[in-house]
Amino acid sequence: MAHSAVGVIFSNIHDDNLPELSRHRTMASVPYGGRYRLIDFTLSNIVNSGITTVGIVTKNNYQSLIDHLGSGKDWDLARKDGGIILLPPYSNETDAPYTTRLEALMGITGFLNRRNEDYVVITDCDGIARVNLQEILHFHEEKQADITMVYHEETEAAQSSYYITLQPDETGRIKGLKINPKLKKEKYNLYVNIMVMSREFLINTIQDAVTRGLSSFGRDILAKNVDTLRIFGYKFNGYCATISSLQNYYSHSMELLSREVRDELFGARDVYTKIRDSAPSKYAAGAVVKNALISDGCVIEGTVENSILFRGVKVEKGSVVKNSIIMQDTVIGANVELDCVITDKNVVIRDGRHLAGCEALPYFIGKGRML
Amino acid sequence: MLRKKECVAMLLAGGQGSRLYALTNNIAKPAVAFGAKYRIIDFPLSNCVNSGIDTVGVLTQYEPLELNEYIGNGQPWDLDRAFGGVHILSPYQAKKKQSWFEGTANAIYQNMSFMKKYNPDYILILSGDHIYKMNYAEMLRAHKATGADCTIAAIEVPLKEASRFGILNTQEDGSIYEFEEKPKQPKSNLASMGIYIFTAEKLFKYLEEDDANPSSSKDFGKDVLPAMLNAGERMFSYRFKGYWKDVGTISSLWESNMDLLGEDPAFDVGDSDWKIHSRNPLAPPEHIGDDAQVSNSMIALGCEVDGTVVNSVLASNVVVEEGAVVEDSVIMAGTVVKKGAKVCYSIIDENVVVEEGAAVGEPKEAGNGIAVLGRNITVAGNVAGGKIIDKDYKGE
Repeated sequence: MAHSAVGVIFSNIHDDNLPELSRHRTMASVPYGGRYRLIDFTLSNIVNSGITTVGIVTKNNYQSLIDHLGSGKDWDLARKDGGIILLPPYSNETDAPYTTRLEALMGITGFLNRRNEDYVVITDCDGIARVNLQEILHFHEEKQADITMVYHEETEAAQSSYYITLQPDETGRIKGLKINPKLKKEKYNLYVNIMVMSREFLINTIQDAVTRGLSSFGRDILAKNVDTLRIFGYKFNGYCATISSLQNYYSHSMELLSREVRDELFGARDVYTKIRDSAPSKYAAGAVVKNALISDGCVIEGTVENSILFRGVKVEKGSVVKNSIIMQDTVIGANVELDCVITDKNVVIRDGRHLAGCEALPYFIGKGRML
Repeated sequence: MLRKKECVAMLLAGGQGSRLYALTNNIAKPAVAFGAKYRIIDFPLSNCVNSGIDTVGVLTQYEPLELNEYIGNGQPWDLDRAFGGVHILSPYQAKKKQSWFEGTANAIYQNMSFMKKYNPDYILILSGDHIYKMNYAEMLRAHKATGADCTIAAIEVPLKEASRFGILNTQEDGSIYEFEEKPKQPKSNLASMGIYIFTAEKLFKYLEEDDANPSSSKDFGKDVLPAMLNAGERMFSYRFKGYWKDVGTISSLWESNMDLLGEDPAFDVGDSDWKIHSRNPLAPPEHIGDDAQVSNSMIALGCEVDGTVVNSVLASNVVVEEGAVVEDSVIMAGTVVKKGAKVCYSIIDENVVVEEGAAVGEPKEAGNGIAVLGRNITVAGNVAGGKIIDKDYKGE
């Protein structure tokens, strides 16, 4: 029997890690992997784990997110009871909108009180992984934990402006929890922003925080109570990409060109996204395409290598696109050369332009620009 | 206010499509895959929606299960309407009599109560076996302007092919004075497209009369249209000048798929002003591998191409392994062409496995015709051009 749980997704919380792509949108609606938005991976994990009620906490710039989600039907989340419930900031004349995760949770206690599920899964939108949340709920119950935090073993230094590392003992109980530590060791356990607790525990914790005037979930609730609360770490061993900068957005995106990564993320063919009814992509007689992910609605007349093309991209004759990420409806004219370039949506690159960045610093072209 | 719809569309989707052989063993012709992500029925349904017609009855009879599932509640076409929308109409048991649909006219007659529920002024009759984009609203405007009782959409076909069609002989103003079903000696090359608009009351009257006539074969082309013409009703042709293709045969289905290819394709499905809606596959973007060669082809989501694909149409989740070659072919969803296999001038249905080193089909120039593999089978060895295979096959 599946555990009953409600999902809570924070759509904005890591926006400042990726200012280029989140200037006009939430982290949740950042395009990823050719035809997805970051939230699609989180929402698909939730839906595929049998969770059918999801509150989405928003703060600002969330028009693109609302446009993407619509009624929720593309994720099978247009439901009579539950489904997708948008939770914009709650504020009145005296309160400003929330500034921390804990304040945001205080603002959604009404939503949490009205539900009747046993558990709450709190997740952000900066992770790309295929996670079975039921397994985590099962782990949580088995350990009789107050809070279960999911972590992934990392070797490369975190680039995020806010991150938490965990030190579990052999039973999985967290004995050390650090916020933004300096990372000296090769390996460390990075908390991947997926957390489980009972709904009752969360509501009580929020009420307690309100009365005591606490403001930070990480510092005041997790770090301070590591000895008193039963906080457990669930080690996730699969492929897990945490997006924390434009550079690792680029490098993680390029990992999708590996079949192993694609098989793990998409093998079961159940990552959901908004349907656009584009025609299948067309490859012209003179097209040369090598190691590329191509979404629907593209027309390719030139050369595309080691690149990801989103929906509706056009690459005209004589153009060479290498090591690049080209977002939705970008038009690349004739005889253009691109290397290590990221174009946001609706960019137009006129005939004959040559643009290049490098892997450590991809050349980024903002939404709707014409070059 | 009386709830009504000005125009209700009735889509005849019950045909077996026996000339598609293995492709329609278990599915109705309108459910046959086309153009990498579509099914034939997407075209009339999208035309309806794009023309502002939101009430469509789909008449099914032969192997309806997959078609029913595909249409579902109509949401992919925006046809999940509170009043109207798409409805599957299958033959049913009634108190007075029970019967299968006996002919095109009888199928519509048996669903009179469905049409009358919407109190329509006009009825649009469509069939589910053509690939085309057409604005039915313009045809309806013409129907009203001429004050016709029946308007038949018509297209010019090559005179030598005219005897395969219902041929309209018309006056200069477009009015029809003679209708000949598949004439041996056609007098004109104006063919009926099987698309009719009737003024609703007239249609109901003639369907009642046709049903009461024991010698009638209950067919629009053979019975109802001639009866209306003989009675002196106003019947007009409506000239259509776009792409229109009957995909009722293996070769026409292949040709129509090929018409999507090329720099200036004969038929463009990517037209954003006239979107073709369909139920979309859940699949990631297609991946084209390091050693792949893809040229003049259309490839759908979820494909993994590591071999060579030339002049072909690949539906979702097709795999073409290293060293495999697919040429001049139409491959439907989920099929795997294994290492070193060759596919040439063929149509391969869904979820087929073409084993390593197999060779399916022969070049068009060999003159042996298109090889066809039915769905869910495994094929090894050589399959000659023009062969139709619908069971596991190990070569000869």
